[in-house]
Amino acid sequence: MRVEARPAKTAGSAGGGNGGDRTFPPAEPAHRRSRRAAAREWLTKADVKFSPYAYIAPFFVLFAVFGLFPLGYTFWVSLHDWELVGGREFSGLENYRLILVDASFWNAVYNTIGIFVIATVPQLLIALLLANALNRRMRGSLVYRMGVLAPLITSTLAVAIVFTQLYGRDFGMVNWLLGQVGIDAIDWQAHKWSSWIAIATMVDWRWTGYNALIYLAAMQAIPVDLYEAAEIDGASRWRQFWQLTVPMLRPTIIFTVIISTIGGLQLFVEPLLFGSGQFYGGSLGQFQTVTLYMFENAFRRNDYGYGATVAWMLFLLIVLFSVLNFLIVRRISSTK
Amino acid sequence: MKYTLRRRQYAGVAAVLAAALATSTACSGDGANEASNDTNTGGTIELTVDTFGNFGYEALFKQYEAAHSNIKIKHRNVVRLDDYTPRLQQWLAAGSGAGDVVALEEGILVQFKNQSDKFANLADHGAGSMQAGFLDWKWELGKTSDGKLMGLGTDIGPLGLCYRTDLFEQAGLPTNRDEVSKLWPDWDGFIETGKKFAAANTGAKFVDGANAQFNTVLIQEAGRDIGHTYFDKDDQLVFDSNPAIKKAFDTVVEINQEGLSANLPSFTPEWSAGFKQGSFATLACPSWMLGIVQDNAGADLAGKWDVAAVPGGGGYWGGSWLAVPEQSKHKAEAAELAKFLTSPESHLAAYLAANTFPSSTKYYQDPVITDRTDAYFNDAPVGKIFGEGASQVKPVYLGSKNQNVRQEVENVLLALGQGELQADQAWQRAIDVAKNAAR
Repeated sequence: MRVEARPAKTAGSAGGGNGGDRTFPPAEPAHRRSRRAAAREWLTKADVKFSPYAYIAPFFVLFAVFGLFPLGYTFWVSLHDWELVGGREFSGLENYRLILVDASFWNAVYNTIGIFVIATVPQLLIALLLANALNRRMRGSLVYRMGVLAPLITSTLAVAIVFTQLYGRDFGMVNWLLGQVGIDAIDWQAHKWSSWIAIATMVDWRWTGYNALIYLAAMQAIPVDLYEAAEIDGASRWRQFWQLTVPMLRPTIIFTVIISTIGGLQLFVEPLLFGSGQFYGGSLGQFQTVTLYMFENAFRRNDYGYGATVAWMLFLLIVLFSVLNFLIVRRISSTK
Repeated sequence: MKYTLRRRQYAGVAAVLAAALATSTACSGDGANEASNDTNTGGTIELTVDTFGNFGYEALFKQYEAAHSNIKIKHRNVVRLDDYTPRLQQWLAAGSGAGDVVALEEGILVQFKNQSDKFANLADHGAGSMQAGFLDWKWELGKTSDGKLMGLGTDIGPLGLCYRTDLFEQAGLPTNRDEVSKLWPDWDGFIETGKKFAAANTGAKFVDGANAQFNTVLIQEAGRDIGHTYFDKDDQLVFDSNPAIKKAFDTVVEINQEGLSANLPSFTPEWSAGFKQGSFATLACPSWMLGIVQDNAGADLAGKWDVAAVPGGGGYWGGSWLAVPEQSKHKAEAAELAKFLTSPESHLAAYLAANTFPSSTKYYQDPVITDRTDAYFNDAPVGKIFGEGASQVKPVYLGSKNQNVRQEVENVLLALGQGELQADQAWQRAIDVAKNAAR
């Protein structure tokens, strides 16, 4: 309807319209008219050419101020021996040379990737199964759908505090439950494996529902006749899920993987609070992530130069992972 | 009667005037900027005081506000010194944000003395005349090498040992504090007692964790004749060559090997919970620790804690100074407040409130200290226990990066307790992290 109405209106105004006669300007000399027309044409052209830039400028201005400038300035700082107390001195790439042989830094990278993997793989799998379950027609589906999202609106801080108590060594509920089935209490902060699991569960508790909802939205866009056809061919529900739903969700899965990667590499609050608010991430850095290591250097040792170097290494790490993601995406789309 | 009435009338007029003033300043505050507050033309001045732990100052603040109607005191307290120091350092470097009066603990004093240009010279504000009241060494440490009076002493930390009488009783150990003191003339005796305690299976561990024992033994050993801990007096790291450190380390190793430690890092939430749940039976207690024990253990455990003599005898741990940052907008008023808080009478009041033992000697022989008992600690004669050590304290030099090294070493001790490191690995790692933290 609308589409039809618009051309009609345009046609009317182009023809001068009914009320237009009275205000019709007096006849002008031809050359003046053409000059005006040229000016108008130029304006139109300029409008078409430059206005879009003006429209998108707010983003780029904000990005330059809050994204690009800090990025550049951090790099500048990382080229210095820059301490909060005692001044600064240009040192070139010395900080980068140091960080490449810094065992604590690589330990932090190892922890970050380790926690990311053991958090993300189960998280996305559970989200997928959850979305599949929610996709069925059932009573009160809205309640369930909102329910899975509820953890997301809880503050990360609260999640971390509560989970840290649950994982308490002496009086935590997890150890109490393990005690019920005869397993000795675990000092969750003491070992790499236990601290990684504890932190991964915090991440998963908060983000699984979010990913499930994204999957659910994508699932509902899959045409029903595909399932009907599969049913007629005698495919079981399970088979439909793996050979129909999952392949159709590929782009969505890739999206969630990328988002989780970026989030996972920046993991901060959970390990911070799990280690009683210290940047050390455990007595031996069992769960010190790269962001924690950055904070330890910048805000504990007041060594801004080295802290900035860690920040830049983290940036490079994220770029590396994004490129990897991109390559995988390309490969998947070419095998289609 | 008439006189009273007149006084009342005066009071009424004063109240009305004060209210009018308050309203007018409030109104002007809308339009004018903050600077109108700073110039202080009859308005109130807000002084911010930054402290950590428990200084026992609340009542003193009220008293000071009552005596100075134009002063309002804002108290910012942080539980952990380890959280306090980096914040203070950032404020000082940034040139704004620090309190008008800030507390400096002995372990961070040198770090800030190296930046003495960021602090006011309290001698310029008439504090120089207060010297006579203080322990000499406490007064001297408050001065920089070029003689600037940067800090006024607050408390010192003579040592005792806190223990739970009820848990000792369950374990079949004596509970009377004199008998308990006799159990541990030295740290070996302490560990022997711990073994007996552990054998009784009370469900509690003997000590809270590694930190307090380590710091205590370290400072005792260092105080005997070495005179420094991680750094020598030229501020060079001597971690692997100072026998006091090795002795302290070996003591902690032995406590761990015997399974006597609850391995809770001091001043963390888990440590606090440990007090309430009765996770441990003893704790090395500098005088100021009593206030912290009481805060954490709470009223339910009143009378169950007691204080005995510290194994090995002597030594001290902690104690602070008050300083006024140069960036304060009210240096004169802040200096007055700092002087008030470090007067002999305030030392005493803070001591009575939170067991922060005075560094002002005026009341050392006074019954108010010598006869003082603490009801929370089973009426222990805390004045006598801590007073005996106070006048014999020999100061120990703590280097400018003392806190960084201490934190790293405490992490290693935690890992040792967690069983993640063996004793020799832990010692090697401690040497490495200390080097790293001192750079």
